[in-house]
Amino acid sequence: MATDSSYPAFEPAIVRCEPGRCRCEGDWTLDGIEKLDLRPQSVGWPKDHIELDGSGIGAIDTTGALRLLTLIAELERASHPVRLVGLREEHQALLDLVQERRASAGALAAAPRPQGHLERLGRTVLHHLNNGLVFLSFIGEAAVALARLALHPARFRWRALFGNIETAGVHALPIIALLAFMMGVVIAYQGGRQLEFYGANIFIVELVALTMLRELAPLITAIVVAGRTGSSYTAQIGTMQVTEEVDALRTIGIPPMDLLVIPKLLALTVALPLLTVFADALSVFGGMVMAQALLDVGFDDFLDRLPKVVTLTSFLLGVGKAPVFAAIIALVGCYQGFRVRGSADSVGRQTTVSVVQSIFLVIAADALFSVVLGGIGL
Amino acid sequence: MNEAAGPATAVVAVRGLWTRFGSTAIHENLDLDIDRGEVVALVGGSGSGKTTLLRAIIMLLQPAAGSIKLFGQEIVGIGDAAAFRLRRRFGMLFQQGALFSSLTVRENVAVPLREHTRLPARQIAEIADLKIALAGLPADTGGKLPRELSGGMLKRAALARALALDPALLFLDEPTAGLDPVSAGAFDELVVQLKESLGLTVVMVTHDLDTLWQATDRVAFLGEKRVIGYAPMQELTRSEHPLIRAYFEGPRGRAAREQTACRAA
Ligand SMILES: Nc1ncnc2c1ncn2[C@@H]1O[C@H](COP(=O)(O)OP(=O)(O)OP(=O)(O)O)[C@@H](O)[C@H]1O
Ligand SMILES: [Mg+2]
Repeated sequence: MATDSSYPAFEPAIVRCEPGRCRCEGDWTLDGIEKLDLRPQSVGWPKDHIELDGSGIGAIDTTGALRLLTLIAELERASHPVRLVGLREEHQALLDLVQERRASAGALAAAPRPQGHLERLGRTVLHHLNNGLVFLSFIGEAAVALARLALHPARFRWRALFGNIETAGVHALPIIALLAFMMGVVIAYQGGRQLEFYGANIFIVELVALTMLRELAPLITAIVVAGRTGSSYTAQIGTMQVTEEVDALRTIGIPPMDLLVIPKLLALTVALPLLTVFADALSVFGGMVMAQALLDVGFDDFLDRLPKVVTLTSFLLGVGKAPVFAAIIALVGCYQGFRVRGSADSVGRQTTVSVVQSIFLVIAADALFSVVLGGIGL
Repeated sequence: MNEAAGPATAVVAVRGLWTRFGSTAIHENLDLDIDRGEVVALVGGSGSGKTTLLRAIIMLLQPAAGSIKLFGQEIVGIGDAAAFRLRRRFGMLFQQGALFSSLTVRENVAVPLREHTRLPARQIAEIADLKIALAGLPADTGGKLPRELSGGMLKRAALARALALDPALLFLDEPTAGLDPVSAGAFDELVVQLKESLGLTVVMVTHDLDTLWQATDRVAFLGEKRVIGYAPMQELTRSEHPLIRAYFEGPRGRAAREQTACRAA
């Protein structure tokens, strides 16, 4: 019984025509008009003049009133003069209310002209070019803010810096440890089988140490940090943008750059190289474990050989890329955060863009490093 | 039907309601009855639990104890299907508007229509435009995004969405806050018109003394975690309770009352 009583019964709305007169019946409510069929063949409208009798209407709401008004308008457009009669007083009042409010809202403006393919292409290109320029100017603004803070170190936000180092660096240690260790294991396993085939087991040290230290550890760390920290930068700044917190900061006289961008930028520039060193160590350890298990190269032999084959240069080259990656991730993350406009939807969109762009730019920068460093013979 | 259901005309019946956040109780043993076709206002100081009471009534907040009946049906522990059918019958205007920020105003108003009816898209758009007009917005607002509207326009767009399904019961959380006096007056008028022509029941939270005098049938005063006064404005303002006196006896309260008295004379 409870389920039945939760929903009120209604009579479907209907229009019945006899010669010379049509009657509206049933409930002209949102539920009632759902199945209302007004096609000429099913109603059988009289030829010319129509007298519409509304006395049979049970209940009416604003939706039903709208349906009745549009019906009359449609009939008149099809050159049937309509006279609405017999409406109850309170129904008439509602009809008047609806009519009056619609009139005072005015007419809709014409829809904008649809764009052609060429126009859309042109606009997209311009849009992307413009984005690039705006990003460059953002980098410039960040540089100016950095210089300003260097001149007035007292204004620097140390708390924000250390807070960011903790969340971006310390909290990322477990995931980086796990991933780096597994990468070391995988590289040692895949390479080790080939080396064993040639009886060159001991070269596992070169294989693991050089690939991990120079290329893979910095890259993996940067990618994890882009997904973890870059996205949170965008989401945080973006949400503050939506709730007008960024504007509030400006009004109070705190430049958002100083509080929201510079500490993040510096924090990541410190944290990412440290994380990379950590990843170096863990991945080499992964390789060592694998070397002992699979290739009979003990920890002693491995560690003995390690300093002989890994020069300081290759270690420093790997770690030296990290601050560049850090700057890319922090700047893209913050920039995309400031690009959020007005809606929750936009926060999600810009966060995705931020992660994709920073990973893309990190890999592109890595490729550039390889080409340039190869060119000067390192 | 058992006795506790109250008179058959009660659209909202709250009995012995307790709500709490963590260990703080917001309502203790609160009772409230709202009859069909009534415009009832909930008033009380900031933080007295008006919004929380509305949220409990519209099934967004699980009460710690007590019973709430909507249209005679118990909603504490209600099933999903029954809750869905019940939601079709009331509209809610949130204090912050709560419009979907990625949809235009017209699409916002169309969401409940699309969810609860099988009308064709063109008719839904027409109905949405009507609700936008009813809320007193110009027609071209329909195509705009919420972030392109002013604070007062947002309120009205949110009202349009609350009216989308022609609900029999309408909840409004501070509908006239942030409206200019002319629009606030027009809003009071609209509420009265809708009540009279549709038999709408309206429950609103408001601090607007003009609205309280012009548009309400009864006013429930929340304080001390209960309803401490529930009567038409005339009577409530004569209450001896210190909280109620403090609320209405300020200079603003007296000005609004005198103005109403002048208008009546
Ligand atoms: N999600 C929440 N968690 C914890 N406490 C809450 C939460 N929401 C509300 N409260 C507390 O419940 C109390 C009542 O809040 P409520 O929003 O109902 O007040 P209100 O009467 O609507 O006030 P106002 O007139 O300012 O809107 C307040 O003390 C508030 O701090
Ligand atoms: Mg509130």
